[in-house]
Amino acid sequence: MSVSGDKPAPVRPQGFWSYANPVKFLGFSERILPALWWLSGICLAVGLIWGFFFTPDDFRQGSTVKIIYLHVPSALMAINAWFMMLVASLVWLIRRHHVSALAARAAAPVGVVMTVIALVTGAIWGQPMWGTWWAWDPRLTSFLILFLFYLGYIALWEAVDDPDTAADLTSVLCLVGSVFAVLSRYAVNFWNQGLHQGASLSLDKEENVADVFYQPLLVAIAGFVLLFLALVFYRTGTEIRLRRTRALLARQRRA
Amino acid sequence: MKALLLRDLMLAFRAGGGFGLGLAFFLIVTVLVPFSVGPQSDLLARIAPGVLWLGALLACLLSLDRLLALDLEDGSLDLLATSPLPLEAALSIKALAHWLTTGLPLVLAAPLFGVLLNLPGPGYIWLVISLALGTPALSVIGTFGAALTVGIKRGGLLLSLLVLPLYVPTLIFGAETARRGAAGMDTSTPALMLAGITLAVIAVMPFASAAALRVNLR
Repeated sequence: MSVSGDKPAPVRPQGFWSYANPVKFLGFSERILPALWWLSGICLAVGLIWGFFFTPDDFRQGSTVKIIYLHVPSALMAINAWFMMLVASLVWLIRRHHVSALAARAAAPVGVVMTVIALVTGAIWGQPMWGTWWAWDPRLTSFLILFLFYLGYIALWEAVDDPDTAADLTSVLCLVGSVFAVLSRYAVNFWNQGLHQGASLSLDKEENVADVFYQPLLVAIAGFVLLFLALVFYRTGTEIRLRRTRALLARQRRA
Repeated sequence: MKALLLRDLMLAFRAGGGFGLGLAFFLIVTVLVPFSVGPQSDLLARIAPGVLWLGALLACLLSLDRLLALDLEDGSLDLLATSPLPLEAALSIKALAHWLTTGLPLVLAAPLFGVLLNLPGPGYIWLVISLALGTPALSVIGTFGAALTVGIKRGGLLLSLLVLPLYVPTLIFGAETARRGAAGMDTSTPALMLAGITLAVIAVMPFASAAALRVNLR
């Protein structure tokens, strides 16, 4: 966004904020969606096939390590989806752009599915490695709590009839929930020491997962990110059209 | 503010069901636990702090959906919103009234129920301290949940779904304080964290509650 100091406030928003206009947003998302679908499909196919069939087995974990190509990206996206909802909620509360509120609403079910994938693949991976499907480990527990937050958020969207009221209430809940989700993460850490290994990927650490696993993992993560974007764009478009249909029906009834 | 507090307390005492109900619920939960896990006293002693905390938390939850819904029905919530008193202050007072009628009796009755669960000797004082530190946070967070769901028909179940995840940090530190106290270990870390959560929530949460309530009264 460009800030112009000498001119008076522009009548039409420029740059990034101009996509708050639903028509412009829809046009943009329609142009970009096919590319997103294709790219995410290609990345997922390459990353998963490369990861599953063309990497060696881990010397301790054997072939079970290969579930990492589903587990890590979905866990990453589960957290990032909530973060995206937080940003979108803030934009809605501050600038009142409807597209933003609808994007937050559209992202929530995707985030839930990512959380479930991370939990299920984690259980499937944990069974041979730790000898248990589930342990009350801090990371596992915080993910379960994140899942509950998602459920509450979606339930609140569903329960409120008026769309603007629902957007306001869910945004407030998202802000408060974010604070409490972080607080729970640390509380849970304090409460129990875990089985789960440390971070698999980080930017500031020398030691990451070995390169043979690392490269296909990055491709798979890119695939998940693109898939998330495609789903959110698609679902936001659906929400916008749904709302427009409702408005048209309401106008028809009044006429 | 004092008038509002007195009014809420009077209503809780006189309009039946509000005051003793939470306490009775707490008692029933405590009585049901030995039926479900068996009467071995060493097992009960081990789980007593956690069970008592969970019981207190659920008893707090029970009365939340009436916290604002009744006031919305008879219109006094609209009067509060238009009065010179800021909505944040009004909601803080309502949370305080909720704590005085629900949380405080739980704190005072908890040692009695501890006897039923064979709570070890040093645990009593820490159970009371941890509940006294933690239940105000439960009331304030619960007020936020009530403000979010006040406009929704049959919002009771939704209220639980929204509020229970928010209770997680309070429950962890509260139950940990009581557990360590019962085991004779050092309790200062969880107790301080619990007090910190309560103070932070009392300071910040009324603003979120008032924001949600304003949306619902619009």
